[in-house]
This record gives sequence, structure tokens and C-alpha cells, in this order.
Amino acid sequence: MKFGILVNEGPYTHQAADTAYQFALAVINKGHEITRVFFYHDGVNNGTRLTTPPQDDRNIVSRWSEFANTHNIDLVICVAAAQRRGICDSGESKRNGKDTDNIAPGFRISGLGQLIEASILSDRLVVFGD
Amino acid sequence: MSLIHTVNKSPFDRNTLDSCLRLAAKGSSVLLIEDGVYGAIKGTEKSDLVTNAMSSIAFYVLGPDLQARGVSSDKLISGIKIVGYGDFVDLVAQHSATQAWL
Repeated sequence: MKFGILVNEGPYTHQAADTAYQFALAVINKGHEITRVFFYHDGVNNGTRLTTPPQDDRNIVSRWSEFANTHNIDLVICVAAAQRRGICDSGESKRNGKDTDNIAPGFRISGLGQLIEASILSDRLVVFGD
Repeated sequence: MSLIHTVNKSPFDRNTLDSCLRLAAKGSSVLLIEDGVYGAIKGTEKSDLVTNAMSSIAFYVLGPDLQARGVSSDKLISGIKIVGYGDFVDLVAQHSATQAWL
């Protein structure tokens, strides 16, 4: 079965980013497919590589990156939500005259159409948020 | 097939559990996750709300989130099933769609 996952909450806020990750892991372990994980609203903060949590804490951002790399999962950040919150890739950075980018490996920035497409292509869409 | 509703906030903090149970159709399921697991405890002000709904709705609670909060199974309203993340996936697959009450 194909699953789409929508994450609306930032990391280290309450628990939604953690629950979404544990759910995504379980989806793969059950032999299902993840069409896309879409990060919207404060959820876009899951995709900044500048995150530096204490060493004895989980690294929510790199955990997503490793998950995407291991299982070839498409992690998409909403461009409008990202611009408001200072999440950018090199292209967005240049276009907006910024001196750096901060997108984490495995993530890409795109539009809301990617969420709609994921919901069309998936058998189930599961939402995690605050 | 029916819906599965997820509730992730304590019923003593938000009214999402009340809203969910007011609108959930007969034969649907409710999965309590994160702080929502507090809604599964017996003897609270919200226990009757859940117990009354159990005649027409199946209740599940996420075990790891109970453990994280020190809530043991003997504190739960009887009839609520404890599930893991794998069961969470199965429940989503078994129902026609998921509704997250945020």
C-alpha cells in the first residue's frame, strides 16, 4: 500500500515530528511504500542542516536525511512556508540574495502541488501536527 | 470502510477529543497518541465521555506513548487496546482514511 505523510510541526516542539518519523519507519518495516513526506507550516524546520542538538539527544533532522538516503524517500519542503521561516536551498538563496543555504541532505524545496500529487498517488495520507 | 481518527493532545488541554467523539461516525475507530493517551485513563473527568463512546467506536492507544508518560495498562479504561507503531500502520491500512484532530 502507498502512504503519503504530512508533517506540520517543527522538530523539538511537542512530539509530532517524532511520531511522524516512527510511523514512517513502521510503514517501511511493514513492507509498504512511502510516496512522499511533505513538510508544511512549522514542519519545514525539520529540514535545516544547521540544527545542532546536544550529543545525547536525537538529531531529528539528520534522522530524516538518513531515512531518505537509506530507503530512497522523497522529502519535500513547502517553498512558501520555507521562505517565511528562513529555510532555503542554494537556488532560493541566490534568488533572494542570501549569503548561505541551510537545506539538509535528502530534502528538496517545492510547491504545494507536491502535497496534492502525493495525496492522489497514495492510498492513505496521514497527518502529523501540533 | 470506516475512518480512523487520531487524537494527539490531552483532553485536559484541548477539546479535540470532545470534537472527535461528537462527530465520529458509528463503526469508526479512534487512536490516542502522544498526549492524547491521557484520554485513555480510567477514573478521570473525561473517562465517561470515552466509555459512552465505546459502544459504537473502537478505541486504541499507542503503547510507547503510554510508557513514556508512566501510564501502566492497569490505569486504562477497560476495552481500549494498546498498540505499537506497526499496529498504527495496520490500522491506517485497514480503514478507508485517516482524520487527524489537531
